[in-house]
Amino acid sequence: MYTTIVFLPLLGAILAGFFGRFLGVKASEVITSGFVLLGALLSWIAFFQIGVGGETAHVTVLPWIKSGGLSVDWALRIDTLTAVMMVVVNTVSGLVHVYSIGYMHHDPHRTRFFSYLSLFTFAMLMLVTSDNFLQMFFGWEGVGLASYLLIGFWYQKPSANAAAIKAFVVNRVGDFGFALGIFGVYAVFGSIDYDTVFAAAAEKAGQEFSFLGMQLDIVTTLCVLLFMGAMGKSAQFLLHTWLPDAMEGPTPVSALIHAATMVTAGVFLVARCAPMFELSVDARFFVVLVGATTAFFAATVGLVQNDIKRVVAYSTCSQLGYMFVAAGVGAYGAAIFHLFTHAFFKALLFLGSGSVIHAMSDEQDMRHMGGLFPHLKKTWVLMLVGTLALTGFPLTAGYFSKDAIIESAYAAHSNIGMYAFVLTVIAAALTSFYSWRLMFMTFHGKPRASDEVMSHVHESPWVMLAPLVVLALGALGAGFLFSGYFIGEHNHAFWAEAIRLAKDNTILEDIHHVPSWVKAAPFVMMVGGLAVASLFYLAKPDLPVRLATRMPRLYKFLLNKWYFDELFDWMFVRPAFRIGRTLWKTGDGAVIDGLGPDGVAARVLAFTGRAVRMQSGFVYHYAFAMLIGVAFLITYVLFNGI
Amino acid sequence: MNSWPILSVVTFLPLLGALFIFTIRGEDETALRNARYVALWTTLITFVLSLFIWGGFDNSSSEFQFVEKGEWLGGNINYHMGVDGISMLFVILTTFLMPAAILASWKSVKVRVKDYMIAFLVLETLMIGVFCALDLVLFYLFFEGGLIPMFLIIGVWGGARRVYAAFKFFLYTLLGSVLMLIALMAMYWGAGTTDIPTLMAHQFPAQLQTWAWLAFFASFAVKMPMWPVHTWLPDAHVEAPTAGSVILAAILLKMGGYGFLRFSVPMFPLATDLFAPLIFVLSVVAIIYTSLVALAQEDIKKLIAYSSVAHMGFVTMGIFTMTIQGVQGGIFQMLSHGLVSGALFLCVGIIYDRMHTREIAAYGGLVHRMPIYAFVFMLFTMANVGLPGTSGFVGEFLTLLGAFRVNTWVAFFATTGVVLSAAYALWLYRRVIFGKLEKESLMSIKDMNAREIAIMAPLVVLTVLFGIWPAPLIDVTTASVEKLISNYQAAISAASSAAQHAALY
Repeated sequence: MYTTIVFLPLLGAILAGFFGRFLGVKASEVITSGFVLLGALLSWIAFFQIGVGGETAHVTVLPWIKSGGLSVDWALRIDTLTAVMMVVVNTVSGLVHVYSIGYMHHDPHRTRFFSYLSLFTFAMLMLVTSDNFLQMFFGWEGVGLASYLLIGFWYQKPSANAAAIKAFVVNRVGDFGFALGIFGVYAVFGSIDYDTVFAAAAEKAGQEFSFLGMQLDIVTTLCVLLFMGAMGKSAQFLLHTWLPDAMEGPTPVSALIHAATMVTAGVFLVARCAPMFELSVDARFFVVLVGATTAFFAATVGLVQNDIKRVVAYSTCSQLGYMFVAAGVGAYGAAIFHLFTHAFFKALLFLGSGSVIHAMSDEQDMRHMGGLFPHLKKTWVLMLVGTLALTGFPLTAGYFSKDAIIESAYAAHSNIGMYAFVLTVIAAALTSFYSWRLMFMTFHGKPRASDEVMSHVHESPWVMLAPLVVLALGALGAGFLFSGYFIGEHNHAFWAEAIRLAKDNTILEDIHHVPSWVKAAPFVMMVGGLAVASLFYLAKPDLPVRLATRMPRLYKFLLNKWYFDELFDWMFVRPAFRIGRTLWKTGDGAVIDGLGPDGVAARVLAFTGRAVRMQSGFVYHYAFAMLIGVAFLITYVLFNGI
Repeated sequence: MNSWPILSVVTFLPLLGALFIFTIRGEDETALRNARYVALWTTLITFVLSLFIWGGFDNSSSEFQFVEKGEWLGGNINYHMGVDGISMLFVILTTFLMPAAILASWKSVKVRVKDYMIAFLVLETLMIGVFCALDLVLFYLFFEGGLIPMFLIIGVWGGARRVYAAFKFFLYTLLGSVLMLIALMAMYWGAGTTDIPTLMAHQFPAQLQTWAWLAFFASFAVKMPMWPVHTWLPDAHVEAPTAGSVILAAILLKMGGYGFLRFSVPMFPLATDLFAPLIFVLSVVAIIYTSLVALAQEDIKKLIAYSSVAHMGFVTMGIFTMTIQGVQGGIFQMLSHGLVSGALFLCVGIIYDRMHTREIAAYGGLVHRMPIYAFVFMLFTMANVGLPGTSGFVGEFLTLLGAFRVNTWVAFFATTGVVLSAAYALWLYRRVIFGKLEKESLMSIKDMNAREIAIMAPLVVLTVLFGIWPAPLIDVTTASVEKLISNYQAAISAASSAAQHAALY
């Protein structure tokens, strides 16, 4: 069954991708959607089998790489954590497939689109079902590929192409750390199978090894390296810049990949490696620091964005930060729970935005919306559910999972825990503000679109609304139904061996004993955010404009996303091209060739012509000697100095 | 083992084909067509025959197999052929790619067709000979002989600056070979034999090892090519005809890596140990430096050529870690790069044949008219950046894994290559394939035809297959690599215990 769940989407992708032309559009859509929905059904069965008192299942599919002591298989490992992820991935993917039938209705390249969607689903499933680090890396890069292809799906748009490349390359920066982490795991443990590594991790706790010339704690170093991969994939602070740009892709893609599934892979990674993270206070400190900072940072940027999808994208970034906070303080259950509920309400918000964009003839700027409520009542209701869940309105899904995270940050009783607590509470207010701002700017107030556009506004067809209804049910009920298992009284039996905690980790107990003001804080913040948003965008619509003109610097700073894009462009992108050019023209052209073949030939000519140009000759010789000298020096230092 | 001399047959069959073409008279269309078909069938039959070598190969043995030995040149020098786990797959790679090279030249070569086919067939004989030769002199003849047909291929059928490129290629390689020749003579005087298996067991004095290692290094480093003696490669690639580029990238470059494994490491273990840090530094510089240079290229072929240098950096780094993963990864990376870079140059050839330009700026939006091409190019671009699931990943991963165990700095810097390769490869892909189709000249461009699909299909299949299931290649090399490493370690520990012994007194 597990093999079927994983490989059905691959089959769908191949059928639609290579034979879509012969099958026709309709058949391709039905096949890919049907396969994923079937996978979703099977995943739910697996979820209840494994989650409620089931055992971890292993399925070996094929041997992969075997070299010396290294032996890696294509293998599936199904435990509760995997089952949760399979449910999330397949359910959202299935719904997005169905939704896309409506949303992509006008696109001539629909078969390719569905093929990519299914390919993504397959790679994501490989990621979550892997039983070793390398197969996870396969899925990790595979979803990166699918994300690249889907962001750049409209390849005639230069901005889409740029965003696609940016996503892939920034992710590779994270993967750089991830890969080093895998090499390190192998060097330390002699294996990259989870079972072997996690079993042996405790022995290595507190030991040091030599890494980059420094004596570092083994487990901390490996965790931080692996976490670097998570930062890239989950768009955490400093490696977040690709996510907002990724909104260039079609909206169903944003919902599936850039909200519900792929970007949560980093959280999954940390939860999967819990046996290692549990051993390192420092690594978890780092995780909380990054998570809390991202949660706050992304929320501030989300306040002022005008593109409806970008608001939701920054919100995603921020919510991922929440998940890392939970994972970092040891509440892995809460992190995964938020991942689970977030998948429903964030996919709902994205697809709802898609429905709005669809209705507005592909307009995404909220400044040109407003007053859509009378035309899009169904979408409004669904978006409202998503907003309530995101802001943590009592008894919705977000209320259970997000509050648990904020409480766990407090319950950690550490400095970094307090840091996270303060930032996440503030971010909760910001979240509420930008979420309601989105609702008000889009659906309420006076219409700001042209009459031409307004006359075309129409409610989406049922093929698009039905998936939204299912997601809305999840956004309402998932917290209420499952909190007992994920973070409540059944959590030990539920997670069983999937997330092995340190013995003294009782944080999921402790969150029930936090002071009542801590429990009330998120709710107060949510109400506050709602109040300010309604003041700004319902009662006095000219207030935000006045505020922005009063504080132009702050406004610009936030609008330009703290200038990270400009900074990175200035620090990395342009220098890379410039250095490349210099090395090519000067290094290869003038120095190496000048001294090598061209130089030899020229020197002979020069001597015969008695026209030796001493100076230029000296410069190149000098440069060449320097290059060689530097190479030798580095060699010497590296191998003898340390 | 086998009663018939299969290695000699595979090696010299292409030469026979070349002779046959030589006898074809006339320059009319029929004669040219015959010449093409003779070349194609010769290479195809050679490939099929070479599969018998793989079929009959015993993976569990680290010894040379299919050995042939005959007296030649008066007893001291023998005609000695054989393959082990390190060399066998290179023979297969050569025979596998030759039909593709011939097919790729089917239409694009219009002048002196017979000579062209002869040059390629002679080249094939020499290349296979390099990987099979078990005698120094025989090896040297094949190794240097290969230079001549390649020199002609670039110089006669190349692009505008073909003479410059050909001479540059020649100058570099010649310099290396002169030094290697001196080392060969020194080895002969030292050991009294030119028999490679005997030499591999021979212990050269440390001093001689150092000098001979450097001399061999000069030759192999140019062939690889390693930084900073790589500048002949971009020029040679740019000017060479498509098939020339394919063979150059896929096979000729591998002779350097093969040379390190066959000579430098087993014969001069002490010098290998001594110079490994130098190799690491040069490899890492190559990976970063050439990746950055690739980013700035304006010519498609040049970009791929620079990326080849970066990929070869992983190979040398892997080999000199002297760990099982590093060496096996190095060999795998060479084989994989043979498929992938060969395929990439074929991809360039496909559009070059249509547009007669390699300028990146002359393209854009090809996906609109060439969806099959876009898919194939995407697949090999991804293999080039080492996406898991393609063959490009396995080699990169194993070499880096090996490097990490030896020195974390090396692994750290080399791993930055994964970021840079993604940047230049995707940037290239975007400029050529994606975007709007705006250029007037591209409006009527045609997608790949049946011949081109037939060339690419096997490459596509193998690139994915070996990415998911690399065992058929890795298992062949295991026994030989394990022996190589255990001999190496024995030599190193013997030397260090001797040094300790000496220090006691």
